[in-house]
Amino acid sequence: MEIPESFLGYKRENGRAGTRNHVIILPVDDISNACAEAVANNIKGTIALPHSYGRLQFGADLELHFRTMIGTGKNPNVAAVIVIGIEPKWTKRIVDAIATTGKPVEGFSIEGVGDIDTIAKVSKKAQEFSMWASEKQREECPMSDLWISVKCGESDTTSGLASNPTVGNLMDKLEPLGVHLCFGETSELTGAETVCEKRGKTPEAQAKFKKTWNDYNDFILKEATDDLSESQPTAGNIAGGLTTIEEKAFGNFQKIGGCQFIDVLEPAEEPTKGAGLYFMDTSSAAAECVTLQAAGGFNIHLFPTGQGNIIGNPIEPVIKLTANPLTAKTMSEHIDVDVSKILSREMNLSQAGDELIKSTLRVANGRLTCAEALGHKEFVMTKLYRSA
Amino acid sequence: MSNTDIIIHDEKDNVGVVVIEKITPEQDCNCWIMENDKSVSIQSKDEIPLGHKIAMADLSEGDTILKYGHDIGKVVKNIKKGEHVHVHNVKTKKW
Repeated sequence: MEIPESFLGYKRENGRAGTRNHVIILPVDDISNACAEAVANNIKGTIALPHSYGRLQFGADLELHFRTMIGTGKNPNVAAVIVIGIEPKWTKRIVDAIATTGKPVEGFSIEGVGDIDTIAKVSKKAQEFSMWASEKQREECPMSDLWISVKCGESDTTSGLASNPTVGNLMDKLEPLGVHLCFGETSELTGAETVCEKRGKTPEAQAKFKKTWNDYNDFILKEATDDLSESQPTAGNIAGGLTTIEEKAFGNFQKIGGCQFIDVLEPAEEPTKGAGLYFMDTSSAAAECVTLQAAGGFNIHLFPTGQGNIIGNPIEPVIKLTANPLTAKTMSEHIDVDVSKILSREMNLSQAGDELIKSTLRVANGRLTCAEALGHKEFVMTKLYRSA
Repeated sequence: MSNTDIIIHDEKDNVGVVVIEKITPEQDCNCWIMENDKSVSIQSKDEIPLGHKIAMADLSEGDTILKYGHDIGKVVKNIKKGEHVHVHNVKTKKW
């Protein structure tokens, strides 16, 4: 298949391009959720991103909170941002960092004002942003404006056989076009960690991956009461035929095809070494992982599933594919791309990769994903340790 | 092409994955090895559902299960060729 050279995206002030045109109402902390949701309810064309944290965090955990908030606001799928916090200091820090993109952003704080007057004030600004954003038009953007993240979930053996290798095939075909790519799931590479390490393009990237995985494994050994058998593989994985974490890991690893990663990113860190594949240190819980990748600036997500994970994200469209014929049939409203014909050998991997590229471009051009149509917008902050 | 009942990733693998809704005991199954596009056959001993693994050889306690050509765990209970391979007879080597 000849791969198209462009897609229709929203060009942003900083040179990036979005596949979506969201106006977001971003609460800095848990207690500002109510205000954010009230504003989003008042003003059409805006979306609130409520979450559970943002108070009394400190150290690396607080830094990650800021990185996630700021990265979400900077994501090119977001046209404009309203930030609401209980107090002005942290709110301003987030607003100032998002403002470096050149997109409209404004912050509000609730202390000394109260919810009702804040909601009134913010609603006026949100209306202005929403109507401004509604005039933005899609324009032709080069394929290199696609930043594609991947993560699999509710995996089974069909994931490792077919749906993950389909994503790998897409990566092999799109990497030469200058696309940014990202995989994560530190825990779910356990068993394949030495094989994965060797995929680092440079000794630095390899060493960074090794340290990241070792730090994770030390943490598991310290916190686990016996082993991870109850969590990894999950009950869903086991029902699907996956027996051990190693088996799951080698299946997971098929998603990167033959690509090598050029750098290892902190959770929610934006890549800075140009086009190519990046590994991001993330949890393997679907919503946490995709939230971090979206905060890293990725604008479209590919999600292979075996038994039928149903996750979505508020700003990054999540495209689901499955090779499990039962899942494709029983959960069809969640599956954007059915590659189960690989198992019956009616379709080969390269054909499946082409189908996935076509679907990815349709979604990049504006087609809603199943998860978007069904209203899935899981926004889940990663927490490193308890707050003070 | 005859229907494929079982797919094996790598020639070295000692397990294959059932890719039809289920196989039944004493079913003669067609297996396709993805790595070299060869076909082999095996008779099953158990009922094995879609996505679950079948032993392609007799395996003893302590043996290593190979899939994708890699170590994915150890045998904790002897397994006969054609039997179901899963959490009841294989465990992780991690943790």
